[in-house]
Amino acid sequence: MENILTKILTRKNKNGNGIPHKYAIEIENLNVFHQRTHILKDINLNIPKNKITVFLGPSGCGKTTLLKSINRLTDLHDGMFVQGSIRLGTEDILGSRNNLAALRQKMGLLSQRPFPLPMSIFDNIAFGLRIKGVKSKTERADKVEFYLKKVALWEEVKGRLKAPASRLSIGQQQRLCLARGLAVNPEVILADEPTSALDPISARVIEEQFMELSKDYTIILVTHILRQAKRLADYVVFMYFGEVVEEGNPDEVFEYPKTDTLKQYLEVGH
Amino acid sequence: MISRKISDLFSSAWMMVVVNFVLLLPFGIVLGLIIKSTPLLRQNNFFDMLLSAEWQPMKGSFGFLAFILSSVWVSIIGLLIMLPLGIFPAIYLTQYASPKILKVMRTVIDVLAGIPSVIHGVWGVIIIVPLMSHYLGPFFGQETSGYTILAGGIVLAVSVIPFVLHMLLEVFRGIPVELKEASLSLGATYWETIKNVVLKKAFPGILAAYALGLSKAFGETIAVLMVVGNRVQLPGNLFEAGYPLPSLIANNYGEMLSIPMYDSALMFAALLLFIIVMFFNLLSRILIQKSTIE
Amino acid sequence: MLRKNIEEQFFKYLMALFTIGLVALLFFIVFEILKKGLPELTWKMISQVPKGGFYFGKEGGILNAIVGTIYLSVGASFISFLVSLPVAMFINVNLIRFKKLQHGIRFLLDLLWGVPPIVYGAFGFTLILFLGIKTSLLAGTLTITFLITPIMIRAMDEVIKDIPIGLMEASYSLGATKYETAFKIYFRQALPGIATAFLLAFSKGIGDTAAVLFTAGYTDRLPEKLSDPVATLPLAIFFQLGSPIPEVKARAYASAVVLTIIILLISLTSRLIASKLSKNSI
Repeated sequence: MENILTKILTRKNKNGNGIPHKYAIEIENLNVFHQRTHILKDINLNIPKNKITVFLGPSGCGKTTLLKSINRLTDLHDGMFVQGSIRLGTEDILGSRNNLAALRQKMGLLSQRPFPLPMSIFDNIAFGLRIKGVKSKTERADKVEFYLKKVALWEEVKGRLKAPASRLSIGQQQRLCLARGLAVNPEVILADEPTSALDPISARVIEEQFMELSKDYTIILVTHILRQAKRLADYVVFMYFGEVVEEGNPDEVFEYPKTDTLKQYLEVGH
Repeated sequence: MISRKISDLFSSAWMMVVVNFVLLLPFGIVLGLIIKSTPLLRQNNFFDMLLSAEWQPMKGSFGFLAFILSSVWVSIIGLLIMLPLGIFPAIYLTQYASPKILKVMRTVIDVLAGIPSVIHGVWGVIIIVPLMSHYLGPFFGQETSGYTILAGGIVLAVSVIPFVLHMLLEVFRGIPVELKEASLSLGATYWETIKNVVLKKAFPGILAAYALGLSKAFGETIAVLMVVGNRVQLPGNLFEAGYPLPSLIANNYGEMLSIPMYDSALMFAALLLFIIVMFFNLLSRILIQKSTIE
Repeated sequence: MLRKNIEEQFFKYLMALFTIGLVALLFFIVFEILKKGLPELTWKMISQVPKGGFYFGKEGGILNAIVGTIYLSVGASFISFLVSLPVAMFINVNLIRFKKLQHGIRFLLDLLWGVPPIVYGAFGFTLILFLGIKTSLLAGTLTITFLITPIMIRAMDEVIKDIPIGLMEASYSLGATKYETAFKIYFRQALPGIATAFLLAFSKGIGDTAAVLFTAGYTDRLPEKLSDPVATLPLAIFFQLGSPIPEVKARAYASAVVLTIIILLISLTSRLIASKLSKNSI
């Protein structure tokens, strides 16, 4: 445990500033309201770097809202008010005016249902590359290949890169969305129940990707599948009714739950 | 990065311009019409003009009653024809016919909706007018040129029904199938279900569709103009000529500026028309709100 | 029970009758117009402008009207597109968070859609008097633009608003700006609907008579500059039909055939394009 802490403390963050940040994301006094309802109550959370943090809890507990607050996608919803601060490195995304697009780019999103861009497989990944400023065609082509290989999709699509992405199966689409998100060099990957719409084989592939990727990326995974949480989590955040009830290492949290709510949740096992 | 920010800025600026422009347009129209009507309103009393049938622009007397009544007559006839012509196909297509037929009919209706006003006027002149003067008129013991209120109503109905039907189909589509299932499992026959459950649920929507139809009916200009006769008189029966409000405006724009107050009068007619049309439009909207909230 | 059955059968047949009647009506209309108009339709009619005694039954054709219609509708649709697409995107992308504003704008647009063409004509006429423009191609184009823009906006809006919000979330997560999300991603996703909306409004512009009656003027010549008066096909039909001379009336029917064919072609194209363009949409 202490070795990991030391490693984190002395490692340079992704920007190469040399200023070590202890945590990938620091959430402080976060309160989210939807019209009159208080959805997230006083959330204080530190997300560890390069680990898979799992947000766990029954439906309606606010885990998806918490995820969506982190990259401020709550802005897209009518009547959502967000207070507090969410810091990625030194910048607070909730207060950001001019830098929002760039900050959002640091956090890749994988949704429950894959949303490929309405373009070819190649362009899905190239789109982000263009935004990133990758100008040369050959460099883009190389990177497309690189990221498709990283999500184990290359072999399946290499012959039809110009075909519309909508023709892929759902499992392939989800992998494509992952590759697309990786291509813009995020620091964090936000995943909202990314395997719930997939068949077991594709789900397994995504899970394996995540385990690989957590070496280099911070991953926040929202899931309601307890077994998935047990398989993947390096850090667990258990939520109930908009509050963080318990958090900690999976061994501690799953073997020795402290609160009754978590005990009940683990018993029901869903 | 900079060029992306510039594109973003330009597109936002252009958006602001066009959005504001579009939002100001309805106010601009109403304002323009009101401004142009004020000279007339200063000289004549509003209610006198609406209720007087004396239309002698040269003498400065502007009574719009004949036109209002003609509009009302033609629209009512149109509405009466549209009632069965809309409801029956709508029920048949959504409740009895196969989905394929429904799909084809949607296309037919959309094509019908695209037919321009003037074409409706043409076939009205080719078919309806002679029909009226040679067969229908004599049948009812009336001598008529064929250019009548009835002809106007018929042509009106045909040109507006595609829109009403489109809306009716949407309304019936919005009725949850579970409602029908519930009724059937209680032992009602299919027809009873339609009569008592589906139609009841669809009722506000049906009203809304016809309110919209009425709105369009009052505004329909060219098709009606070509068959309605255009004689300034209080229409006595269906086989006489009429002169609805839109026709008044369309026929006389040429002389608008040569007779004093005439342009003001025509703009006032346009304003009246606008108000009537908007009334039914809004009514339709309110009814739709009611039906979706329930 | 038997009575119920009889009642049902009766209504069923009645309703089917009306339905068939409706279809029959469409075909009947098109058929009659073709019957009266096709014989009069000669190559000369569509390739020449009215000559000397055209309105007395002599030589010439309706080329002036055909060309005028094309200039006017294409111009108006083009301007309308430049306005409509940004507005539709604005409503759906910029205002995604403001449901009340969205409602309000859509409400105003629906109101505008409900305004009858003759009122647009009256307004257009007032406007050009105010601006000091004569009845001309420019005036007609402006008026038609006012008429068709609310239609184009709402038709585009209807397709764009059905796009699932997940696509917007995905786009922003990649670091795209609002502009890129709207015009690179949403545009492509809604392309078939956008094309259909354009053609729908275009079609309305072509067929309109009442709005251009006051504003386009009329001429036997092909318009050469924006300030020239212009003839349109619906106007040509309208005026010719009003003539007492049978030869001119006959030409009206021929013109009606041309207009009907153009409208039907646009309708067909619209459907074809919609299916062709949807390959990329999810």
